[in-house]
Amino acid sequence: MRRRLASVLGLALFLGAWELVPLFTPGARALLPVPSQLPGAFWRELQNGVWLACVGASLSHYLAGLLVGVTLGVAAGVAAGAHPPLEWATAWITRILRPIPGLAWIPFAILWFGVEEKAAMFIIAVGVFWIVYFSAHGAIRNVDRDLIEVAAAFGFRTSWEKLVKVQFPASLPGILVGVRTSLGQAWMAVVAAELFGVAGLGQRMNQASSLLATDIVVVYMLTMAALYGLIDMAFIFAQSRLLTWKA
Amino acid sequence: MEGVTPPPSPPLIEIEELALGYEHDGAHVAVLERLDLSIARGEFIAILGASGVGKSTLLRVLIGLAAPSAGVLRFDSRSDCAMALVFQDARLLPWRRVEANVALGLEKTKLSKEERRVRAVEALRGVGLEGFGERFPHQLSGGQRQRVALARALAVRPDVLLMDEPFSALDTPTRQRLQDDLLMLWRETGKTILFVTHDIDEAVYLAERVIALGGKPGEVRASVAIDVARPRRRADPHLRDIASLVESKLRSD
Repeated sequence: MRRRLASVLGLALFLGAWELVPLFTPGARALLPVPSQLPGAFWRELQNGVWLACVGASLSHYLAGLLVGVTLGVAAGVAAGAHPPLEWATAWITRILRPIPGLAWIPFAILWFGVEEKAAMFIIAVGVFWIVYFSAHGAIRNVDRDLIEVAAAFGFRTSWEKLVKVQFPASLPGILVGVRTSLGQAWMAVVAAELFGVAGLGQRMNQASSLLATDIVVVYMLTMAALYGLIDMAFIFAQSRLLTWKA
Repeated sequence: MEGVTPPPSPPLIEIEELALGYEHDGAHVAVLERLDLSIARGEFIAILGASGVGKSTLLRVLIGLAAPSAGVLRFDSRSDCAMALVFQDARLLPWRRVEANVALGLEKTKLSKEERRVRAVEALRGVGLEGFGERFPHQLSGGQRQRVALARALAVRPDVLLMDEPFSALDTPTRQRLQDDLLMLWRETGKTILFVTHDIDEAVYLAERVIALGGKPGEVRASVAIDVARPRRRADPHLRDIASLVESKLRSD
């Protein structure tokens, strides 16, 4: 109870202080919207349909890019984790490509795909690929060898059978940790790609800020926070369903 | 009744001059040498020895998880000699419910999903865990987990049950109950059982024959028939005598 009170009080103080900033710093009005402006700005964006279109476009890049990046990352991570020769063969490629931030691929994304949805998908996919790759790789490598031996003792002797019966299900919790991290990473990539002109939340923010419509910028910032929160919640729910076996 | 007539059929498994070892830093480390063992159908054999003597390795070789470094393994050609292994720690797959754990080995067969389910339920009933099929392994006690592991092995209807210190991690009352249940199962099904243990009392209480391994590299120190009528009493002085005899043979280094 005291905890809830404190958290509400903290938020109220923060909003109140924010509302008062322009009173003390002349000129801030143009550069920083106050909280009381936001509901109106949000309502206008909703009414003219821009908000829904932007959210739809961003979510579509986000989900498509995430799906591609996670699928490829899990597949590559599992393959390298389960087959050491494959890991040795790709060691240097991994070492070179891994430190390159996903956003550094923006020039190529635009060259290859144009300022299109596909470019955003590509940047998102590259961004999450390595996160998921390393979590899958580590999880597969750490699977209890005794359990793999159980599968072998019951006749599952090929690497594919061992993978399906033991290694993959055993490493699912570890893989999902990586997927959850990549949910947040992918949001950053969405905004970055859209700031470069791909239609969506980021693009709308860029337009609004060039018109000094800072209230609209903040509306979209809060939209991102809300969408990310919802996605993360949905993920946690799905994860708890998948991992009911965890004590 | 036991031990009156020798088995008329050829041995189910015949092991000759078997040697086991592993490679370590490029050198060969011998674990077990010159092992001869003939196992008749329906026999209950306990393999006794200290840890590191190659008992577990022997079971792994029999089921094909490891290769011997020398020697011959012969299986009775009239039987497909299916085997199933029960490990020391139950080693259930934590993400599978009990029933799916028991059905693991059946997924390698051509049985339909429904047939596999029926067999798993049947195997669970056989180990006294009817109604536990929907639980997860972490919701079971240690003894129950080991029963599930036994059911998983029995579900594939093996000719030979290989057991690798299956009860050593359990507390005494649970261990004794599982020992007695295993004896009942053996009597009812007539399975051939190869039971590895480091516990002399357990070996002489359960088995018809105790093979004692000792030394480094290991070799057969004693092969003792336990001619004590069943049901046996744990405190039977005759069993105690046999246990001391086996112990003295193991000690004679």
